[in-house]
Amino acid sequence: MTKIDTSNPESVLPTPSHTVGPFYGYALPFRGGEEIAPLAHPGTITVHGYVLDGEGRPLPDAFVELWGPAPDGTVPQVDGSIRRDPATGGYLGRNGVEFTGWGRIQTDANGHWYARTLRPGARGHSAPYLSVCVFARGLLMHLFTRIYLPGDETVLAADPLLTQVGARRDTLIAGDEGNGTYRFDIRLQGEGETVFLEFQ
Amino acid sequence: MPLTQVDIDLEIAAEHAAYEKRTAGGAPVEHHPRRGYAPYRSSALRHPRQPLVAIDTGKDPELVELHSPAFGERDITETDSDLTRQHTGEPIGERITVSGRLLDRAGRPIRGQLIEIWQANSAGRYAHQREQHDAPLDPHFTGVGRTLTDTEGRYHFTTIQPGPYPWRNHVNAWRPAHIHFSVFGTAFTQRLVTQMYFPNDPLFPYDPILQSVTDDAARQRLVATYDHGLSVPEFSLGYHWDIVLDGPAATWIEEGR
Ligand SMILES: [Fe+3]
Repeated sequence: MTKIDTSNPESVLPTPSHTVGPFYGYALPFRGGEEIAPLAHPGTITVHGYVLDGEGRPLPDAFVELWGPAPDGTVPQVDGSIRRDPATGGYLGRNGVEFTGWGRIQTDANGHWYARTLRPGARGHSAPYLSVCVFARGLLMHLFTRIYLPGDETVLAADPLLTQVGARRDTLIAGDEGNGTYRFDIRLQGEGETVFLEFQ
Repeated sequence: MPLTQVDIDLEIAAEHAAYEKRTAGGAPVEHHPRRGYAPYRSSALRHPRQPLVAIDTGKDPELVELHSPAFGERDITETDSDLTRQHTGEPIGERITVSGRLLDRAGRPIRGQLIEIWQANSAGRYAHQREQHDAPLDPHFTGVGRTLTDTEGRYHFTTIQPGPYPWRNHVNAWRPAHIHFSVFGTAFTQRLVTQMYFPNDPLFPYDPILQSVTDDAARQRLVATYDHGLSVPEFSLGYHWDIVLDGPAATWIEEGR
């Protein structure tokens, strides 16, 4: 039954996840999905990488969602990531000045994605990071991971998650390519498999 | 040897039996599919082999994942929730109304959040460039919609009944008719992408994607209920489908919602 009886907590059970399938590409990606930072903001960083399968082949049919705090560590609460144009029924893009903190980026034919966003600030006990959610054809349920930025080893060494995962921490820390550009590959399976997370 | 439906049926039965055995032995109910599910061939190289690393959200209420991106009126247009009105002409097919509530695990409504849908047309064809099924495209139907939930967590779409379609998992593989849903909660941890099915579809037992949800009760929760009260006289048939998001969320008091 799919009418949930909220008066009975035992009947409130989760709706199962399903794969996003192959044909979301005309539906979910939107104009400006990768341009999360306000236009020409001096705190802008570029993060990019490949999504790879268990044989190291890039996925041309995956997408990632990035979600991160503002540089001062606050959580963006502004909407407008996917502004729609009532005149044409198409997309307007972001408004150029507000920071929503969220973006959605489809991998290209080579399995590569990129985003420009603001350098995340620290929150709570964690070193600064961007939260990532990965979707793909063949992936029956999305996967969460995090992009930590390299630089301050003291801060990274104190991060609870990076400490917890030990030797696998390198899969969570982006590579510094200079000029505010960071490389972060997501390996779904096999050698160097990215650490994926389960929130409890 | 090309893979047949008989081969897939055997694998589905084996996965189901293995799940029954696990739960009989005291293992927890699995509300979601396992990411590695052999009958769905595309999952083979696309699921992690290492166990997921657990994060106890109770230890740090500041985690950004306990908050959700915000969506608002700017993110939708008037016709986004009516997929039959997005072109100059009427799409071919049976008009349907799909409505329900978006809830968290405590049964509380999730208000003002984004629900996106996409689907094949009535002939079972997606308006996607790489779609190779040679059923006709409908110039009056794109099959993409979005809406915000109201103050009771309710959503509402007008669309057309999607057709079933073939795919290449194995010989003679057909997907039961479905609508894809993408949903946000009050926390990023609650993010959900799934598919809604229609009651009594004869293709259910043959579909490795639906059957990847090995728990019988959980699988039922993906099937909408026909609701005569939602049917619009001389216009559309009504289907009711409530969505319950999994995953921990920030407390409401904190969020001020
Ligand atoms: Fe589909």
